[in-house]
This record gives sequence, C-alpha cells and structure tokens, in this order.
Amino acid sequence: MSEFFTVSVIFATLSTSIRFAVPYLFAALGETVGQRSGVLNLGVDGIMLLGGFGAYYAVLETDSHILGVIAGLAVGLLMGLVYGVVTVFLHAKQGISGIGIFLFGLGFSDLLFQELVGTPLPIRPLPRLDQLPAVGGIFEPLVELPVVGPLIFDHDLLTFLAFLLVPAVTWLLRKTTFGMNVRAVGENPQAADSLGVSVARTRFISILIGSTLAGLAGATLSMQLAIFQQNLTNGIGFIAVALVYFGAWQPRWVMAGALLYGIVTATRIRWQSLDIIPQGASDVAAMAPAVITILALVLLASRVRGPAALTRPFSRH
Amino acid sequence: MERTPLLSMHNITKTFPGVLANDDVSFDVHSGEVHTLLGENGAGKSTLMKILFGLYQPDSGEIRLRGEIAAIDSPTSAIEHRVGMVHQHFMLVPTLTVAENVALGLPSARGFRTDLDAVSERILEISNQYGLAVDPGIEIWKLSVGERQRVEIIKALYRDAELLVLDEPTAVLTPQEVDDLFVILRQMTNDGTGIIFISHKLHEVLELSDRITVLRNGAVTGSTTPAESDRQQLAEMMVGREVKLAPDKPAVDRGPARLQLRNVSVKGDRGTVAVDDVSLDVHAGEIVGIAGVSGNGQRELAETIAGLRNAQGGSVRIDSTDLTNASPAEVRAAGFAYVPEERMKDGAVGEFEVSENLLLINHGDPQFRKGPLFDFAKIRAHSQRLVDQFSVKTPTLDTPTSTLSGGNIQKLIMARELDSSPTVILAAQPTRGVDIGAAEYIHSQLVQQRSDGVAILMVSEDLDEILGLADRIAVMFDGKIVTVIERESATREALGLAMAGG
Ligand SMILES: Nc1ncnc2c1ncn2[C@@H]1O[C@H](COP(=O)(O)OP(=O)(O)OP(=O)(O)O)[C@@H](O)[C@H]1O
Ligand SMILES: [Mg+2]
Repeated sequence: MSEFFTVSVIFATLSTSIRFAVPYLFAALGETVGQRSGVLNLGVDGIMLLGGFGAYYAVLETDSHILGVIAGLAVGLLMGLVYGVVTVFLHAKQGISGIGIFLFGLGFSDLLFQELVGTPLPIRPLPRLDQLPAVGGIFEPLVELPVVGPLIFDHDLLTFLAFLLVPAVTWLLRKTTFGMNVRAVGENPQAADSLGVSVARTRFISILIGSTLAGLAGATLSMQLAIFQQNLTNGIGFIAVALVYFGAWQPRWVMAGALLYGIVTATRIRWQSLDIIPQGASDVAAMAPAVITILALVLLASRVRGPAALTRPFSRH
Repeated sequence: MERTPLLSMHNITKTFPGVLANDDVSFDVHSGEVHTLLGENGAGKSTLMKILFGLYQPDSGEIRLRGEIAAIDSPTSAIEHRVGMVHQHFMLVPTLTVAENVALGLPSARGFRTDLDAVSERILEISNQYGLAVDPGIEIWKLSVGERQRVEIIKALYRDAELLVLDEPTAVLTPQEVDDLFVILRQMTNDGTGIIFISHKLHEVLELSDRITVLRNGAVTGSTTPAESDRQQLAEMMVGREVKLAPDKPAVDRGPARLQLRNVSVKGDRGTVAVDDVSLDVHAGEIVGIAGVSGNGQRELAETIAGLRNAQGGSVRIDSTDLTNASPAEVRAAGFAYVPEERMKDGAVGEFEVSENLLLINHGDPQFRKGPLFDFAKIRAHSQRLVDQFSVKTPTLDTPTSTLSGGNIQKLIMARELDSSPTVILAAQPTRGVDIGAAEYIHSQLVQQRSDGVAILMVSEDLDEILGLADRIAVMFDGKIVTVIERESATREALGLAMAGG
C-alpha cells in the first residue's frame, strides 16, 4: 500500500491520468458544441471506433502519425456528414439515429480490422515531446524536471492540443458569431430562424465539429495504446456524452470531468498492478467509471438546465 | 392623392391541412400610419403576418413593397426589405443577452468575432431616441415581460424596419406599459414607419389605429376607421352578430367560504418572498377578482393554491379539507379547477392532440374506460361536445394542439376545466389573447358557474374584466393584498392607484 503513496508514483499516475483523459476530452468537447446547438449524438463511440481504426491502419501501413491523425479526422468528418444529413435535413430522431451510427461504427470497424489486419499487430506508439524527431532535444531537460516534468512535459502533442481546445471551444461559443448562433439555435431555434440565422446550417456545422473531434478522439486512443482491437473504446464515447451533462455544457467543467475519468482509470490500473486491488475484484473496480457517471448525473445534472431545444428537430411548419 | 402604399398584399390565399387560413386577402399599409388587423381567434391574422415575414409561403397572391413586387421567401429577405416583426409569442433566446439577441443573424463588423460593444452602443442610441430603456448586457431571462417587449421592438428598429408588425404586443403588458408602448409607436409613425397592429382589446384599437381591417374565417369582411366606429360595432364586425361586452350578472346569495387562504407566504423562483402573508376567502357563488400588475405575486399565489408550489407559511383550505402543500391531484380531487396563466407551459401539452388535452385531467374517469382500455368512441363524443360548446376552432379532434391559434388553445383549456364540475375555480388571465366573442362566452360561463354556487378566484390585469365580473376585488402589490373592495364601491381610479402601490 505504502508503495502507492511515494511521490514519484503519485506523479507518474497523475501523468498517466492526463494522457488517459485526452480521448474523453476530444470527444466530449466536440459533443459539447453539438449539444449546444441542440443536437445529441449518441454515435460518438462508434465514430471513435472507426476513427481509431482509421488512424491505426494508417500508422500500420505508413508509420506516419500525422497520417494517422488525418485519417481519424477524415473518418469523423465523413460520419458527421452522414449523421448531419439524417438528423438535420431528413429530420430523423436523434436518439435512434445516434444508436445506429454507434452500431455501424462498432461492427464496421471490427469488420475492417478482421479483413485488413486480422491479428493485432502493435504500431509505433505516439511519440512524447522529447521523442519528436526534430525538436525532441529541446524538451529532454524539461521532461526531467521534478513535478512539472511528468505532469506537463512528458506528453504527446495531441494531449497539448486537447487541453488547448478547452479555451478555444469556450472562445468559439462565447466570442464568435458562429458560437452565438450555436447557442441560439440550441435554445430557441424559432427565434434564431426569425432573424435569418440558418438553423440547419448551424446545426450541421456543429455536428461536423463534434464528429470530427470524435474521430480524433478515437485516433488518439488507438495511437496512444499503439494497438487496435474489437470495441477498443469500451464505452468511452458514451461516457464522453455523459461528461457533457456532467460538465453542464461548459468546456472547463467538461475538462474537469475528463480529468476525473483519467484519474480513476489510471489509479485503477496502477492499483491493480500493485495488487492493492485483488485480481478477483478487478472487474468490480472496472465499474468505477460507470458508478461515478451515474452518481454525477443524479447529483449534478438534475440541477443545471441544458440547451432548451436539445434533441428537438426544427422545421418551420 | 393616390400615394403608393408602403406595403400592399394582393389576393393572398393560404391553406393548412383542413384549414383555409387566408382566403383571398388584400391589405395595404402606408408610411406613417397604424393599420390594425382585427379578427377572432383563428381568423388568420398571424398567418397573414407570417407570410409577410417569409415564415410561410402563400398558395397564391403577391406582396408589393413600395410598389415593387417583393419575393419574400424567408425572414432574411423580409428583413432585407426592411420589414420587422414582433411575434405573438416572443422570439427571444432567454440565455443570451439583449445585445446578443439583437445581433443575431446580422454580420459582425469584426467578421468571425462578435462585435457586441458596437451593438450595445447602437442599442443605447435607439433606446435613448425612443425612450426604450434596457440594459444591453443583461440576459433575457432576467427581464420582465414589458422589458422583453422592448427588446423585440429594438430588434426591429436596429434593422431599420420601415414596416413594423406587432402581433398582439399588448396581450401581456400592464396598462402603464401599454401607454408607454403607444407613445413609442406614435413616435415611430411620425418618423414615417408603417405599423401593422393586432390586438383583441378594442379600446386600444380605437385609440391607436388610423385604419382598421377586419378578418373573419380568413377573409376580409370590412374596413373602417376609429372615427366611423365604436367598440360595439367593431365587435359585431368581427363576430358577425351582436355581442354583449359586459355580462349580465344575476344576483346570487353569497354562500359559505369555500376557498380559504390564511397567512400564506411563498417564495418566488429567485428565492425572495413573492407572496407575503396573504389571507383571503372566496365564498360559494361569488367571483373574487385579484387585480394587480403582473409580477406582484399573483402567479406564485395561484401556483401555491394549485399545488404546484410549496408555501413557506400559512394554510390553504377548500371547504373542510386542508390542502396546504398538497399535490395537484389532491387539490383537484377536492373539486378545484385551474386555468393557468401560461397556457402552453402549464395548461396543455403542445404535442398532444386536441382530444387528448381535453382528457388530460379526467383520463382516469371510469366513463371513458372499457375495462383497462380507453373507450375512444366516448372520448370522441366528449371532446366533440366541448369543442362545439366552446367553439374551439380546430380542423379535427386529432390536430396537434400546438398548431391551434393562441386564443383557441385558451378556449380548449377553459372547456376542459369548466366541464370538470368544480367547486372552486382559479382562472388566471382567463381571456388573455382571446377574441371578443370567445371572451363573452368565457365570461358567461364563469357567471353561470357562480350562479351554480362555485367559488371563483380570477386573476386579471384587465381592469374591464375585473370590474365587469368580480363581486369583490382584491388588489395585490409587492406580494401583499393591499386592499379588498366590494365591486359597488370600486372605481377604476382607486384600483389603479392601489395597483401602483399607492
Ligand atoms: N402551422 C400551422 N399548421 C396548421 N394549421 C395552422 C398553422 N398555423 C395556423 N394554423 C391554423 O390557421 C388558422 C389561422 O390561425 P392564425 O394563427 O393565423 O389565427 P389568428 O387570427 O392569429 O388567431 P389568434 O387571435 O388566436 O392569434 C387557425 O385555424 C389555425 O389553427
Ligand atoms: Mg395570432
């Protein structure tokens, strides 16, 4: 037990937590934008799986993480186009359409994996800052620093990007005309429409942002783990949707939720490896995230009000 | 002197499934005039205005602005043609600020980034020019109804509207706010703006209008001016028959107190005291009117009686049953009927069909059952009877309630509540947004219930309604009942003074 509480172990765990938080963060930030515009996307997990496979396969074939990221983004965008057309232009119900996207992503990512890869071959893991080809040398001393080294510098670039997106999404929602339109169509689409704001276009773009980020979340996951397998996400995408409620539709609180998940996951893995949690109980421990989600939703989400038009299709007549 | 009208609409026809909403309507407005559209609920006023604003497309007919044919296919193109509209139901985003609501849909001087400082500045200019005081940085949900109305007008002025449509702008305003609004509208017409005004309150129509056009069943039935007509005539033009503007009230003996409020105190939504130590009895066979400017605790008091809000102190009784903080079901079981102020939020389910809403409070009644199932034949007969009796204008019994016109939704709720054979009725703003003919009917029904020994508590901002119906009048101000007056000794002036807290 005491082993866990040595300072270095604690910082190493926190460092892992931050990395684990990244897929949650990308996916939940994207879903925040979508939900603020009034669209719930339950397909996030499926998009993550496809984006994750896309990135894994790109890296497997080309050994380029940049192409991996691009593959993840492209798959996300494509899935967003489908979901957007179905829900915004064809007025399909959001709940069931999202489930459809999830099931498609779950099945199709596995099919592609079986057909194109078969046996799970590991890929080159995502490099940390100090392992980057050109600039790695600059970061080497920084990673060695106590405390801030493991916490801040011992990460890959995508981790930085994810956390930079928090203020960026806040800015987008608060300070831009697009963000204002997003908030308006999520709250009172009739009012926005009566002033000439295109509800359909605003929601469509918000969906694209959300699903592109979901694709990136999946890419990050498979490249961080350097592997792909059936149902790699194991529900991360659904938890990301819950995190948006948990975070009261505010990027900074969504980030807090993502970090909490990172910490829970990292701690569980660490405790298991240190045998603090007996092997027999590890399945129970694996449920911790679900339990926390439910508790948080019951305690927190019932108190804040989300976008008033969330899940409501809009049409003029 | 044939001036080209600012707006002319020619032979507009619009149908909805089962409804001819506009039937070959022609209508024009000149710069600098107020042209009023008058008509019963469902006559097609809002529809005509939504066509003008590009929200609906007409089946046939054309719109000309300043003499030129205008193809208005969306609100954007209406705004480009300098048409502004204040909708019957506010079109504001409650979580956005005033400035954001005004800026929505307009290009920003800073491109992708919003330019709310400049917007706020311009709002302040407009509000100074027209005396429309409002803080650009405040969120809409924090504003009173009157202030929201001002924001709607500012939205139109900000877009340089030359033609302003106001669809029942006064329905939710206090008398003082109506006076203020009229001053602003007059100032706008003096500056050359053309205004289309819609209201069911005839004295307002006579006061403000230059011309009046009457619609009935979607078609124009006549035009007149305030100089050539009076309330009685306007009412008859609208309804097509003689209308009694004040109900006959037979003398009824006041029975025992049925609804008893004792020292009731209630907190409002923001945690402050909304109802402060209110005591009041309503007796069998009497109508007690609660007069007062809205926002002085009437809504909270009504919700407390109805079981929708808990009292912090005091008691509520109906006959001998203590109903303090009881559930709505318990209160209803004691014979209570409730016509809420917010009809769409608290009174009816918009997505439900008309017949479902009519059944909302008595779907458990065995007479509508066949074993465990609904007896749909009975339900339809019951719904049809209510719809006919209260002349609810609806294409079918299965029409979604949210597509009915505002006044017809109100009639539907009235029909359901009055039909439940209550012993106590609480009616909040029972004829708000309701046309003259329907108001007459609702009033006569309330008087009928009174004759049958029902105790009626009526909350209304409309002094005519209070003076016409109430036997006793309680004035509410700042959460307290400041005075209770017998109808015979009440004057409009004294009530006005008490309502203002004097
Ligand atoms: N979107 C719609 N779908 C179907 N029917 C509609 C729709 N909008 C209006 N109607 C019908 O058209 C008719 C005219 O409605 P409209 O709202 O124009 O009446 P109004 O004169 O404004 O009445 P009110 O005084 O009650 O506001 C009504 O019978 C209404 O039920
Ligand atoms: Mg109307």
